[in-house]
Amino acid sequence: MVNLKNYNVVTKLFVLLLTFAAFTSCAEKKFYVTRIEGKEIGITQPAETANATAGQSAQQIENFIKPYRDNIDKDLSMVLANAPETIDKSGEWQTPMGNFLSDITFEKSNIVFKQREHKSIDICLLNHGGIRTIISKGDVTARNAYEIMPFENSAIVVALKGEEILEMAKYIISEKKPHPLKGLTFTIGKDNQPKDILVNGQPLENAKNYYVVTSDYLVNGGDNMIFFKKATERYDLEYKLRNIIIDYFKANKVIKVEKDQRISKEL
Amino acid sequence: MKRRDFIQKTAATSALLGLGGFSLSSFKSVNTKHLTVLHTNDVHSYIDPFPANHPKNPNMGGVARRAALIESIRKENPNVLLLDAGDIFQGTPYFNYYGGELEFKLMSMMQYDLATIGNHDFDNGIEGLYAQLPHASFEFVSANYDFKNTVMNGHVKPYKIINKDGIKVGVFGLGVGLDGLVDKKNYKETIYLDPVGVAQDMARLLKQEKKCDLVICLSHLGYKYKDEPDKICDTKLATLTKDIDLIIGGHTHTFLDKPTVLKNSVGQDVLVNQVGCYGINLGRIDFYFDDDTAVISNGKSIVV
Repeated sequence: MVNLKNYNVVTKLFVLLLTFAAFTSCAEKKFYVTRIEGKEIGITQPAETANATAGQSAQQIENFIKPYRDNIDKDLSMVLANAPETIDKSGEWQTPMGNFLSDITFEKSNIVFKQREHKSIDICLLNHGGIRTIISKGDVTARNAYEIMPFENSAIVVALKGEEILEMAKYIISEKKPHPLKGLTFTIGKDNQPKDILVNGQPLENAKNYYVVTSDYLVNGGDNMIFFKKATERYDLEYKLRNIIIDYFKANKVIKVEKDQRISKEL
Repeated sequence: MKRRDFIQKTAATSALLGLGGFSLSSFKSVNTKHLTVLHTNDVHSYIDPFPANHPKNPNMGGVARRAALIESIRKENPNVLLLDAGDIFQGTPYFNYYGGELEFKLMSMMQYDLATIGNHDFDNGIEGLYAQLPHASFEFVSANYDFKNTVMNGHVKPYKIINKDGIKVGVFGLGVGLDGLVDKKNYKETIYLDPVGVAQDMARLLKQEKKCDLVICLSHLGYKYKDEPDKICDTKLATLTKDIDLIIGGHTHTFLDKPTVLKNSVGQDVLVNQVGCYGINLGRIDFYFDDDTAVISNGKSIVV
Protein backbone atom coordinates (compact mmCIF):
# COMPACT_ATOMS: atom_id res chain seq x y z
CA MET A 1 0.00 0.00 0.00
CA VAL A 2 2.70 2.37 1.06
CA ASN A 3 4.76 1.62 -1.96
CA LEU A 4 1.83 2.21 -4.21
CA LYS A 5 1.19 5.59 -2.67
CA ASN A 6 4.79 6.59 -3.10
CA TYR A 7 4.69 5.48 -6.65
CA ASN A 8 1.67 7.73 -7.22
CA VAL A 9 3.46 10.68 -5.74
CA VAL A 10 6.41 10.12 -7.99
CA THR A 11 4.14 9.87 -11.01
CA LYS A 12 2.35 13.02 -10.01
CA LEU A 13 5.61 14.84 -9.52
CA PHE A 14 6.90 13.52 -12.79
CA VAL A 15 3.75 14.72 -14.59
CA LEU A 16 4.07 18.05 -12.87
CA LEU A 17 7.68 18.27 -13.92
CA LEU A 18 6.82 17.40 -17.49
CA THR A 19 3.99 19.95 -17.53
CA PHE A 20 6.28 22.57 -16.15
CA ALA A 21 8.97 21.76 -18.67
CA ALA A 22 6.47 21.85 -21.49
CA PHE A 23 5.06 25.10 -20.18
CA THR A 24 8.34 26.93 -19.89
CA SER A 25 9.62 25.74 -23.23
CA CYS A 26 6.35 26.85 -24.80
CA ALA A 27 6.43 30.26 -23.20
CA GLU A 28 9.87 30.89 -24.64
CA LYS A 29 8.79 30.37 -28.20
CA LYS A 30 7.09 33.20 -29.97
CA PHE A 31 6.00 32.58 -33.52
CA TYR A 32 5.68 35.22 -36.16
CA VAL A 33 3.71 35.06 -39.37
CA THR A 34 6.02 35.03 -42.37
CA ARG A 35 3.60 34.18 -45.15
CA ILE A 36 -0.17 34.25 -45.65
CA GLU A 37 -2.06 32.67 -48.51
CA GLY A 38 -5.78 33.19 -48.93
CA LYS A 39 -8.28 31.75 -51.34
CA GLU A 40 -11.91 30.83 -51.76
CA ILE A 41 -12.79 27.27 -52.67
CA GLY A 42 -16.07 26.75 -54.50
CA ILE A 43 -17.93 23.73 -53.17
CA THR A 44 -18.85 22.06 -56.44
CA GLN A 45 -16.90 18.86 -56.62
CA PRO A 46 -19.12 15.81 -56.33
CA ALA A 47 -18.09 14.05 -53.14
CA GLU A 48 -17.34 10.69 -54.80
CA THR A 49 -14.47 12.06 -56.90
CA ALA A 50 -12.55 13.28 -53.85
CA ASN A 51 -9.99 10.96 -52.24
CA ALA A 52 -11.09 7.76 -50.53
CA THR A 53 -11.30 8.92 -46.88
CA ALA A 54 -12.91 12.19 -47.93
CA GLY A 55 -15.46 10.22 -49.93
CA GLN A 56 -16.07 8.08 -46.89
CA SER A 57 -16.77 11.02 -44.61
CA ALA A 58 -19.07 12.49 -47.27
CA GLN A 59 -20.98 9.22 -47.37
CA GLN A 60 -21.17 9.16 -43.59
CA ILE A 61 -22.63 12.69 -43.57
CA GLU A 62 -25.01 11.80 -46.37
CA ASN A 63 -26.28 8.75 -44.46
CA PHE A 64 -26.75 10.89 -41.38
CA ILE A 65 -28.81 13.50 -43.25
CA LYS A 66 -31.01 11.02 -45.10
CA PRO A 67 -33.65 10.22 -42.46
CA TYR A 68 -34.04 13.94 -41.68
CA ARG A 69 -34.44 14.72 -45.40
CA ASP A 70 -36.85 11.86 -46.12
CA ASN A 71 -39.16 13.02 -43.36
CA ILE A 72 -39.33 16.54 -44.83
CA ASP A 73 -39.56 15.36 -48.44
CA LYS A 74 -42.66 13.35 -47.64
CA ASP A 75 -44.41 16.65 -46.86
CA LEU A 76 -42.90 19.14 -49.23
CA SER A 77 -42.16 17.52 -52.55
CA MET A 78 -45.68 17.49 -53.90
CA VAL A 79 -46.10 19.77 -56.94
CA LEU A 80 -48.71 22.42 -56.13
CA ALA A 81 -48.53 24.83 -59.09
CA ASN A 82 -46.52 25.87 -62.11
CA ALA A 83 -44.62 29.07 -62.90
CA PRO A 84 -44.66 29.80 -66.65
CA GLU A 85 -41.67 32.09 -66.18
CA THR A 86 -39.02 32.76 -63.53
CA ILE A 87 -40.13 35.35 -60.97
CA ASP A 88 -37.06 37.19 -59.77
CA LYS A 89 -36.09 39.84 -57.23
CA SER A 90 -34.57 42.37 -59.60
CA GLY A 91 -35.81 45.93 -59.99
CA GLU A 92 -35.12 49.36 -58.55
CA TRP A 93 -38.48 50.26 -56.95
CA GLN A 94 -40.49 47.10 -57.49
CA THR A 95 -39.63 43.53 -58.30
CA PRO A 96 -41.67 40.67 -59.77
CA MET A 97 -41.33 38.73 -56.48
CA GLY A 98 -42.29 41.82 -54.48
CA ASN A 99 -45.42 42.45 -56.55
CA PHE A 100 -46.37 38.79 -56.35
CA LEU A 101 -45.99 38.52 -52.57
CA SER A 102 -47.68 41.82 -51.73
CA ASP A 103 -50.59 40.95 -54.05
CA ILE A 104 -51.22 37.52 -52.58
CA THR A 105 -50.68 38.66 -48.97
CA PHE A 106 -53.22 41.47 -49.58
CA GLU A 107 -55.71 39.08 -51.18
CA LYS A 108 -55.49 36.20 -48.69
CA SER A 109 -55.33 38.43 -45.58
CA ASN A 110 -58.28 40.49 -46.78
CA ILE A 111 -60.50 37.40 -46.81
CA VAL A 112 -59.66 36.69 -43.16
CA PHE A 113 -59.89 40.36 -42.13
CA LYS A 114 -63.30 40.81 -43.74
CA GLN A 115 -64.66 37.69 -42.06
CA ARG A 116 -63.31 38.52 -38.63
CA GLU A 117 -63.53 42.31 -38.45
CA HIS A 118 -65.92 43.20 -41.28
CA LYS A 119 -63.40 45.70 -42.61
CA SER A 120 -61.20 45.78 -45.72
CA ILE A 121 -57.47 46.09 -46.13
CA ASP A 122 -56.20 49.14 -48.07
CA ILE A 123 -52.46 48.54 -48.36
CA CYS A 124 -49.93 45.73 -48.07
CA LEU A 125 -46.30 46.52 -47.23
CA LEU A 126 -43.66 43.83 -46.69
CA ASN A 127 -39.87 44.03 -46.73
CA HIS A 128 -37.56 43.24 -49.62
CA GLY A 129 -35.05 41.54 -47.30
CA GLY A 130 -37.76 39.11 -46.20
CA ILE A 131 -37.96 37.54 -49.67
CA ARG A 132 -35.23 34.94 -49.37
CA THR A 133 -35.30 33.46 -52.86
CA ILE A 134 -36.93 33.55 -56.28
CA ILE A 135 -39.44 31.25 -57.97
CA SER A 136 -37.78 29.37 -60.82
CA LYS A 137 -39.69 28.59 -64.00
CA GLY A 138 -41.45 25.23 -63.82
CA ASP A 139 -43.07 23.14 -61.13
CA VAL A 140 -43.63 24.79 -57.78
CA THR A 141 -43.81 22.88 -54.48
CA ALA A 142 -44.45 23.72 -50.85
CA ARG A 143 -40.67 23.56 -50.49
CA ASN A 144 -40.45 26.70 -52.61
CA ALA A 145 -42.71 28.50 -50.16
CA TYR A 146 -40.32 27.55 -47.35
CA GLU A 147 -37.37 28.87 -49.32
CA ILE A 148 -39.10 32.16 -50.16
CA MET A 149 -40.42 32.66 -46.63
CA PRO A 150 -38.43 30.56 -44.18
CA PHE A 151 -39.30 32.80 -41.24
CA GLU A 152 -42.18 32.05 -38.92
CA ASN A 153 -43.68 35.51 -39.43
CA SER A 154 -47.42 36.06 -39.58
CA ALA A 155 -49.75 38.66 -41.07
CA ILE A 156 -50.82 41.59 -38.92
CA VAL A 157 -53.25 44.36 -39.86
CA VAL A 158 -52.70 47.80 -38.35
CA ALA A 159 -54.65 51.04 -38.67
CA LEU A 160 -52.53 54.02 -39.74
CA LYS A 161 -53.56 57.63 -40.37
CA GLY A 162 -52.90 59.22 -43.76
CA GLU A 163 -49.95 61.10 -42.25
CA GLU A 164 -48.26 57.80 -41.44
CA ILE A 165 -48.89 56.55 -44.97
CA LEU A 166 -47.03 59.65 -46.16
CA GLU A 167 -44.21 58.71 -43.78
CA MET A 168 -44.27 55.21 -45.24
CA ALA A 169 -43.76 56.62 -48.75
CA LYS A 170 -40.89 58.82 -47.50
CA TYR A 171 -39.35 55.85 -45.73
CA ILE A 172 -39.40 53.76 -48.92
CA ILE A 173 -37.69 56.57 -50.84
CA SER A 174 -35.01 57.05 -48.19
CA GLU A 175 -34.30 53.32 -47.85
CA LYS A 176 -33.97 52.92 -51.65
CA LYS A 177 -35.27 49.37 -51.49
CA PRO A 178 -37.97 47.75 -53.61
CA HIS A 179 -40.15 46.76 -50.66
CA PRO A 180 -43.19 44.73 -51.76
CA LEU A 181 -46.12 47.16 -51.95
CA LYS A 182 -49.77 46.82 -52.96
CA GLY A 183 -52.63 49.36 -52.80
CA LEU A 184 -50.37 52.40 -52.48
CA THR A 185 -48.93 54.13 -55.52
CA PHE A 186 -46.86 57.30 -55.74
CA THR A 187 -44.32 59.17 -57.79
CA ILE A 188 -40.86 60.16 -56.58
CA GLY A 189 -40.53 63.85 -57.45
CA LYS A 190 -37.38 65.56 -58.63
CA ASP A 191 -36.95 66.82 -55.05
CA ASN A 192 -36.88 63.15 -53.91
CA GLN A 193 -40.24 63.60 -52.13
CA PRO A 194 -43.35 61.49 -52.75
CA LYS A 195 -46.17 63.04 -54.83
CA ASP A 196 -49.42 61.91 -56.45
CA ILE A 197 -49.94 59.52 -53.55
CA LEU A 198 -52.94 57.30 -54.23
CA VAL A 199 -54.51 54.56 -52.14
CA ASN A 200 -56.33 52.21 -54.48
CA GLY A 201 -56.67 55.07 -56.98
CA GLN A 202 -57.98 57.62 -54.44
CA PRO A 203 -55.90 60.59 -53.22
CA LEU A 204 -54.40 60.11 -49.74
CA GLU A 205 -56.40 61.84 -46.95
CA ASN A 206 -54.33 62.88 -43.94
CA ALA A 207 -57.00 62.30 -41.31
CA LYS A 208 -58.37 59.05 -42.70
CA ASN A 209 -57.66 55.63 -41.19
CA TYR A 210 -56.08 53.09 -43.51
CA TYR A 211 -55.73 49.36 -42.84
CA VAL A 212 -52.29 48.07 -43.71
CA VAL A 213 -51.38 44.38 -43.72
CA THR A 214 -47.76 43.59 -42.96
CA SER A 215 -45.69 41.11 -40.93
CA ASP A 216 -45.30 40.96 -37.17
CA TYR A 217 -41.55 41.43 -37.71
CA LEU A 218 -42.06 44.85 -39.30
CA VAL A 219 -44.75 45.99 -36.85
CA ASN A 220 -42.36 45.20 -34.00
CA GLY A 221 -39.74 47.57 -35.36
CA GLY A 222 -38.00 45.41 -37.96
CA ASP A 223 -36.14 47.26 -40.75
CA ASN A 224 -36.75 50.47 -38.77
CA MET A 225 -40.28 50.95 -40.10
CA ILE A 226 -41.02 53.22 -37.16
CA PHE A 227 -44.28 54.58 -38.66
CA PHE A 228 -45.87 51.27 -37.59
CA LYS A 229 -45.33 52.33 -33.95
CA LYS A 230 -48.10 54.92 -34.42
CA ALA A 231 -50.70 52.27 -35.23
CA THR A 232 -54.00 52.91 -33.45
CA GLU A 233 -55.46 49.45 -33.99
CA ARG A 234 -53.75 46.08 -34.38
CA TYR A 235 -55.19 42.73 -35.49
CA ASP A 236 -53.07 39.59 -35.48
CA LEU A 237 -54.53 37.41 -38.25
CA GLU A 238 -52.61 34.36 -36.95
CA TYR A 239 -51.90 33.52 -40.57
CA LYS A 240 -48.27 32.70 -41.37
CA LEU A 241 -46.89 34.45 -44.44
CA ARG A 242 -45.57 31.11 -45.65
CA ASN A 243 -49.00 29.52 -45.39
CA ILE A 244 -50.40 32.39 -47.46
CA ILE A 245 -47.97 31.41 -50.22
CA ILE A 246 -48.77 27.69 -49.90
CA ASP A 247 -52.52 28.41 -49.94
CA TYR A 248 -52.10 30.56 -53.04
CA PHE A 249 -50.11 27.81 -54.80
CA LYS A 250 -52.82 25.30 -53.97
CA ALA A 251 -55.65 27.53 -55.20
CA ASN A 252 -53.95 28.84 -58.37
CA LYS A 253 -52.36 26.17 -60.51
CA VAL A 254 -50.61 28.75 -62.68
CA ILE A 255 -48.67 31.54 -60.97
CA LYS A 256 -49.43 34.96 -62.41
CA VAL A 257 -47.44 38.09 -61.65
CA GLU A 258 -48.79 41.62 -62.06
CA LYS A 259 -46.12 43.84 -63.53
CA ASP A 260 -47.83 47.20 -62.99
CA GLN A 261 -45.67 50.11 -61.84
CA ARG A 262 -46.40 51.03 -58.20
CA ILE A 263 -43.68 53.55 -57.58
CA SER A 264 -42.57 55.68 -60.49
CA LYS A 265 -39.86 58.24 -60.75
CA GLU A 266 -40.32 61.74 -62.19
CA LEU A 267 -37.86 62.22 -65.02
CA MET B 1 4.23 12.60 -63.24
CA LYS B 2 6.01 9.82 -61.32
CA ARG B 3 9.36 11.37 -62.03
CA ARG B 4 8.22 14.76 -60.80
CA ASP B 5 6.90 13.22 -57.62
CA PHE B 6 10.21 11.55 -57.07
CA ILE B 7 12.15 14.77 -57.52
CA GLN B 8 9.84 16.61 -55.12
CA LYS B 9 10.17 13.86 -52.54
CA THR B 10 13.93 13.79 -52.83
CA ALA B 11 14.10 17.53 -52.49
CA ALA B 12 11.92 17.37 -49.38
CA THR B 13 14.04 14.63 -47.83
CA SER B 14 17.30 16.44 -48.38
CA ALA B 15 15.78 19.64 -46.99
CA LEU B 16 14.68 17.70 -43.93
CA LEU B 17 18.11 16.16 -43.51
CA GLY B 18 19.72 19.54 -43.75
CA LEU B 19 17.35 20.90 -41.13
CA GLY B 20 18.05 17.98 -38.80
CA GLY B 21 21.78 18.51 -39.03
CA PHE B 22 21.40 22.18 -38.37
CA SER B 23 19.24 21.72 -35.30
CA LEU B 24 21.63 19.18 -33.81
CA SER B 25 24.65 21.36 -34.18
CA SER B 26 23.02 24.58 -33.06
CA PHE B 27 20.89 22.91 -30.34
CA LYS B 28 18.12 25.50 -30.75
CA SER B 29 15.80 24.20 -33.46
CA VAL B 30 14.53 26.39 -36.24
CA ASN B 31 10.80 26.05 -36.23
CA THR B 32 8.40 26.72 -39.05
CA LYS B 33 4.73 25.97 -38.62
CA HIS B 34 1.71 25.95 -40.85
CA LEU B 35 -1.87 26.71 -39.77
CA THR B 36 -4.83 26.43 -42.12
CA VAL B 37 -7.88 28.48 -41.20
CA LEU B 38 -11.07 27.30 -42.93
CA HIS B 39 -14.28 29.23 -42.63
CA THR B 40 -17.93 29.53 -43.61
CA ASN B 41 -20.61 32.13 -42.92
CA ASP B 42 -24.36 32.53 -43.45
CA VAL B 43 -24.88 28.88 -44.31
CA HIS B 44 -28.57 29.40 -43.38
CA SER B 45 -29.48 25.73 -42.96
CA TYR B 46 -28.45 24.91 -46.55
CA ILE B 47 -27.61 21.25 -46.01
CA ASP B 48 -28.33 19.86 -49.49
CA PRO B 49 -26.57 21.19 -52.61
CA PHE B 50 -28.50 23.49 -54.93
CA PRO B 51 -30.29 21.52 -57.65
CA ALA B 52 -28.65 21.23 -61.07
CA ASN B 53 -31.36 23.44 -62.64
CA HIS B 54 -31.04 26.31 -60.14
CA PRO B 55 -30.76 29.58 -62.09
CA LYS B 56 -28.11 31.13 -59.83
CA ASN B 57 -26.09 28.44 -58.04
CA PRO B 58 -26.56 25.16 -59.93
CA ASN B 59 -24.97 22.18 -58.20
CA MET B 60 -23.19 24.33 -55.62
CA GLY B 61 -22.80 23.76 -51.89
CA GLY B 62 -23.95 20.85 -49.77
CA VAL B 63 -22.68 19.67 -46.40
CA ALA B 64 -21.47 16.23 -47.57
CA ARG B 65 -19.24 17.84 -50.19
CA ARG B 66 -18.02 20.42 -47.71
CA ALA B 67 -17.14 17.61 -45.29
CA ALA B 68 -15.18 15.82 -48.02
CA LEU B 69 -13.31 18.99 -48.90
CA ILE B 70 -12.45 19.70 -45.26
CA GLU B 71 -11.37 16.09 -44.79
CA SER B 72 -8.98 16.25 -47.75
CA ILE B 73 -7.51 19.53 -46.45
CA ARG B 74 -7.00 17.97 -43.01
CA LYS B 75 -5.09 15.14 -44.72
CA GLU B 76 -2.80 17.70 -46.32
CA ASN B 77 -2.31 19.71 -43.10
CA PRO B 78 -3.70 18.45 -39.78
CA ASN B 79 -3.36 21.92 -38.21
CA VAL B 80 -6.78 23.15 -39.23
CA LEU B 81 -8.93 25.70 -37.47
CA LEU B 82 -12.54 25.48 -38.70
CA LEU B 83 -14.73 28.51 -37.97
CA ASP B 84 -18.20 29.81 -38.77
CA ALA B 85 -19.19 33.50 -38.65
CA GLY B 86 -22.86 33.07 -37.79
CA ASP B 87 -26.33 32.73 -39.32
CA ILE B 88 -26.10 28.98 -39.15
CA PHE B 89 -29.89 28.88 -38.80
CA GLN B 90 -32.85 29.70 -41.02
CA GLY B 91 -33.30 29.33 -44.75
CA THR B 92 -34.49 25.81 -45.51
CA PRO B 93 -37.16 23.50 -44.06
CA TYR B 94 -34.42 21.69 -42.15
CA PHE B 95 -34.55 24.59 -39.71
CA ASN B 96 -38.35 24.84 -39.63
CA TYR B 97 -38.64 21.12 -38.97
CA TYR B 98 -35.74 20.46 -36.59
CA GLY B 99 -34.91 23.87 -35.13
CA GLY B 100 -31.16 23.76 -35.90
CA GLU B 101 -30.47 20.32 -34.44
CA LEU B 102 -29.19 18.88 -37.74
CA GLU B 103 -27.06 21.97 -38.52
CA PHE B 104 -25.26 21.70 -35.15
CA LYS B 105 -24.86 17.92 -35.40
CA LEU B 106 -23.33 18.14 -38.87
CA MET B 107 -20.98 20.97 -37.86
CA SER B 108 -19.90 18.82 -34.91
CA MET B 109 -19.22 15.89 -37.26
CA MET B 110 -17.08 18.16 -39.43
CA GLN B 111 -15.23 19.17 -36.23
CA TYR B 112 -15.91 22.88 -36.29
CA ASP B 113 -13.86 24.58 -33.56
CA LEU B 114 -15.83 27.78 -33.00
CA ALA B 115 -18.75 29.84 -34.27
CA THR B 116 -20.14 33.26 -33.52
CA ILE B 117 -23.81 34.18 -33.26
CA GLY B 118 -25.64 35.78 -36.18
CA ASN B 119 -28.95 37.64 -36.04
CA HIS B 120 -30.85 34.68 -37.53
CA ASP B 121 -29.52 32.37 -34.85
CA PHE B 122 -32.11 34.12 -32.63
CA ASP B 123 -34.96 33.19 -35.00
CA ASN B 124 -36.48 30.59 -32.68
CA GLY B 125 -35.92 32.93 -29.77
CA ILE B 126 -32.93 32.85 -27.47
CA GLU B 127 -34.50 29.76 -25.87
CA GLY B 128 -34.53 28.11 -29.30
CA LEU B 129 -30.78 28.65 -29.61
CA TYR B 130 -30.17 27.46 -26.06
CA ALA B 131 -32.21 24.29 -26.69
CA GLN B 132 -29.90 23.27 -29.55
CA LEU B 133 -26.62 23.74 -27.63
CA PRO B 134 -26.44 20.08 -26.53
CA HIS B 135 -26.12 19.14 -30.23
CA ALA B 136 -22.98 21.27 -30.71
CA SER B 137 -19.57 19.92 -29.79
CA PHE B 138 -18.01 23.25 -30.85
CA GLU B 139 -18.23 26.45 -28.80
CA PHE B 140 -19.62 29.93 -29.39
CA VAL B 141 -17.71 33.17 -28.99
CA SER B 142 -19.24 36.65 -28.80
CA ALA B 143 -17.54 39.53 -27.03
CA ASN B 144 -20.13 42.26 -27.64
CA TYR B 145 -23.35 40.41 -26.79
CA ASP B 146 -23.94 40.47 -23.06
CA PHE B 147 -26.09 37.42 -22.26
CA LYS B 148 -25.99 37.65 -18.48
CA ASN B 149 -29.74 38.22 -18.12
CA THR B 150 -30.69 35.47 -20.56
CA VAL B 151 -30.70 31.66 -20.65
CA MET B 152 -27.46 31.80 -22.68
CA ASN B 153 -25.59 33.17 -19.65
CA GLY B 154 -22.36 31.19 -19.25
CA HIS B 155 -22.73 29.38 -22.58
CA VAL B 156 -20.97 31.95 -24.77
CA LYS B 157 -17.39 33.03 -24.18
CA PRO B 158 -16.03 36.38 -25.34
CA TYR B 159 -12.96 34.66 -26.76
CA LYS B 160 -11.18 31.35 -26.89
CA ILE B 161 -7.48 30.56 -27.16
CA ILE B 162 -6.76 27.47 -29.22
CA ASN B 163 -3.33 25.90 -29.35
CA LYS B 164 -2.59 24.24 -32.67
CA ASP B 165 0.80 22.54 -32.87
CA GLY B 166 2.33 25.15 -30.56
CA ILE B 167 0.70 28.07 -32.33
CA LYS B 168 -1.42 30.11 -29.96
CA VAL B 169 -4.51 31.41 -31.76
CA GLY B 170 -6.89 33.82 -30.03
CA VAL B 171 -10.38 34.01 -31.53
CA PHE B 172 -13.04 36.47 -30.38
CA GLY B 173 -16.57 36.98 -31.68
CA LEU B 174 -18.60 40.06 -32.63
CA GLY B 175 -22.33 40.31 -33.34
CA VAL B 176 -24.40 42.80 -35.31
CA GLY B 177 -26.73 45.40 -33.70
CA LEU B 178 -29.99 43.66 -32.81
CA ASP B 179 -32.40 46.58 -32.47
CA GLY B 180 -34.53 46.83 -35.62
CA LEU B 181 -33.01 43.65 -37.03
CA VAL B 182 -34.22 40.98 -34.63
CA ASP B 183 -37.58 40.99 -32.91
CA LYS B 184 -37.06 42.00 -29.27
CA LYS B 185 -39.25 39.06 -28.20
CA ASN B 186 -36.56 36.79 -29.68
CA TYR B 187 -33.36 38.34 -28.34
CA LYS B 188 -34.94 39.26 -25.00
CA GLU B 189 -32.42 40.83 -22.57
CA THR B 190 -29.34 40.35 -24.76
CA ILE B 191 -27.33 43.59 -24.66
CA TYR B 192 -25.41 44.75 -27.72
CA LEU B 193 -22.14 46.55 -26.92
CA ASP B 194 -20.12 48.84 -29.19
CA PRO B 195 -18.06 46.47 -31.36
CA VAL B 196 -15.10 48.82 -31.88
CA GLY B 197 -14.32 49.34 -28.21
CA VAL B 198 -14.88 45.66 -27.42
CA ALA B 199 -12.74 44.54 -30.37
CA GLN B 200 -9.87 46.77 -29.34
CA ASP B 201 -9.97 45.45 -25.77
CA MET B 202 -10.14 41.85 -26.96
CA ALA B 203 -7.32 42.22 -29.49
CA ARG B 204 -5.04 43.89 -26.94
CA LEU B 205 -5.82 41.24 -24.33
CA LEU B 206 -5.15 38.37 -26.74
CA LYS B 207 -2.09 39.80 -28.48
CA GLN B 208 -0.36 41.68 -25.65
CA GLU B 209 -1.37 39.94 -22.43
CA LYS B 210 -2.13 36.40 -23.57
CA LYS B 211 0.72 36.51 -26.11
CA CYS B 212 -1.25 34.90 -28.93
CA ASP B 213 0.68 34.35 -32.15
CA LEU B 214 -2.43 35.08 -34.18
CA VAL B 215 -5.62 37.02 -33.37
CA ILE B 216 -8.78 36.29 -35.35
CA CYS B 217 -12.03 38.23 -35.11
CA LEU B 218 -15.08 36.16 -35.99
CA SER B 219 -17.61 38.80 -36.96
CA HIS B 220 -21.23 39.00 -38.01
CA LEU B 221 -21.09 42.79 -38.47
CA GLY B 222 -21.18 42.74 -42.27
CA TYR B 223 -18.47 43.50 -44.84
CA LYS B 224 -19.42 47.06 -45.87
CA TYR B 225 -22.58 49.20 -46.20
CA LYS B 226 -22.29 51.47 -49.19
CA ASP B 227 -25.53 53.34 -48.42
CA GLU B 228 -24.70 53.71 -44.72
CA PRO B 229 -21.04 54.81 -44.59
CA ASP B 230 -21.22 55.48 -40.84
CA LYS B 231 -22.41 52.01 -39.94
CA ILE B 232 -19.77 49.80 -38.36
CA CYS B 233 -18.63 46.93 -40.59
CA ASP B 234 -15.63 44.62 -40.96
CA THR B 235 -13.70 46.91 -43.30
CA LYS B 236 -14.13 49.86 -40.91
CA LEU B 237 -13.31 47.71 -37.89
CA ALA B 238 -10.07 46.61 -39.58
CA THR B 239 -8.84 50.19 -39.98
CA LEU B 240 -10.03 51.43 -36.57
CA THR B 241 -8.29 48.79 -34.45
CA LYS B 242 -4.92 47.10 -34.03
CA ASP B 243 -3.58 43.67 -33.02
CA ILE B 244 -6.11 41.83 -35.21
CA ASP B 245 -4.58 39.65 -37.94
CA LEU B 246 -7.72 38.36 -39.63
CA ILE B 247 -11.40 39.29 -39.63
CA ILE B 248 -13.69 36.52 -40.80
CA GLY B 249 -17.03 38.08 -41.57
CA GLY B 250 -20.65 37.34 -42.37
CA HIS B 251 -24.13 38.89 -42.50
CA THR B 252 -23.91 40.80 -45.81
CA HIS B 253 -23.59 37.60 -47.89
CA THR B 254 -20.61 39.19 -49.61
CA PHE B 255 -18.84 37.15 -52.26
CA LEU B 256 -15.19 38.19 -52.50
CA ASP B 257 -12.81 36.84 -55.12
CA LYS B 258 -10.03 37.00 -52.55
CA PRO B 259 -9.51 38.31 -49.01
CA THR B 260 -9.25 42.09 -48.70
CA VAL B 261 -5.99 43.40 -47.25
CA LEU B 262 -6.30 46.64 -45.27
CA LYS B 263 -4.04 48.69 -42.99
CA ASN B 264 -4.96 48.84 -39.30
CA SER B 265 -4.68 51.94 -37.09
CA VAL B 266 -0.90 51.51 -36.81
CA GLY B 267 -0.29 50.68 -40.47
CA GLN B 268 -0.08 46.90 -40.20
CA ASP B 269 -1.86 44.52 -42.56
CA VAL B 270 -5.25 43.05 -41.64
CA LEU B 271 -7.07 40.50 -43.76
CA VAL B 272 -10.85 40.69 -44.09
CA ASN B 273 -12.66 37.78 -45.67
CA GLN B 274 -16.20 36.53 -46.25
CA VAL B 275 -17.39 33.69 -48.50
CA GLY B 276 -20.89 34.65 -49.61
CA CYS B 277 -23.58 32.40 -48.18
CA TYR B 278 -25.47 29.06 -48.24
CA GLY B 279 -22.31 26.95 -47.98
CA ILE B 280 -21.44 27.65 -51.61
CA ASN B 281 -17.80 28.37 -50.76
CA LEU B 282 -15.23 27.50 -48.16
CA GLY B 283 -12.71 30.17 -47.20
CA ARG B 284 -9.14 29.01 -46.79
CA ILE B 285 -6.34 31.09 -45.31
CA ASP B 286 -2.93 29.52 -44.70
CA PHE B 287 -0.57 31.06 -42.17
CA TYR B 288 3.11 30.10 -42.14
CA PHE B 289 4.99 30.87 -38.93
CA ASP B 290 8.62 31.04 -37.98
CA ASP B 291 10.48 31.62 -34.73
CA ASP B 292 13.81 32.29 -36.41
CA THR B 293 14.62 35.97 -36.00
CA ALA B 294 16.60 36.01 -39.25
CA VAL B 295 13.54 34.89 -41.19
CA ILE B 296 11.13 37.12 -39.28
CA SER B 297 13.19 40.21 -39.99
CA ASN B 298 12.42 39.72 -43.71
CA GLY B 299 8.81 40.66 -42.93
CA LYS B 300 5.77 38.74 -44.15
CA SER B 301 4.40 38.14 -47.60
CA ILE B 302 0.69 38.03 -48.30
CA VAL B 303 -0.39 36.04 -51.33
CA VAL B 304 -4.07 36.46 -52.14
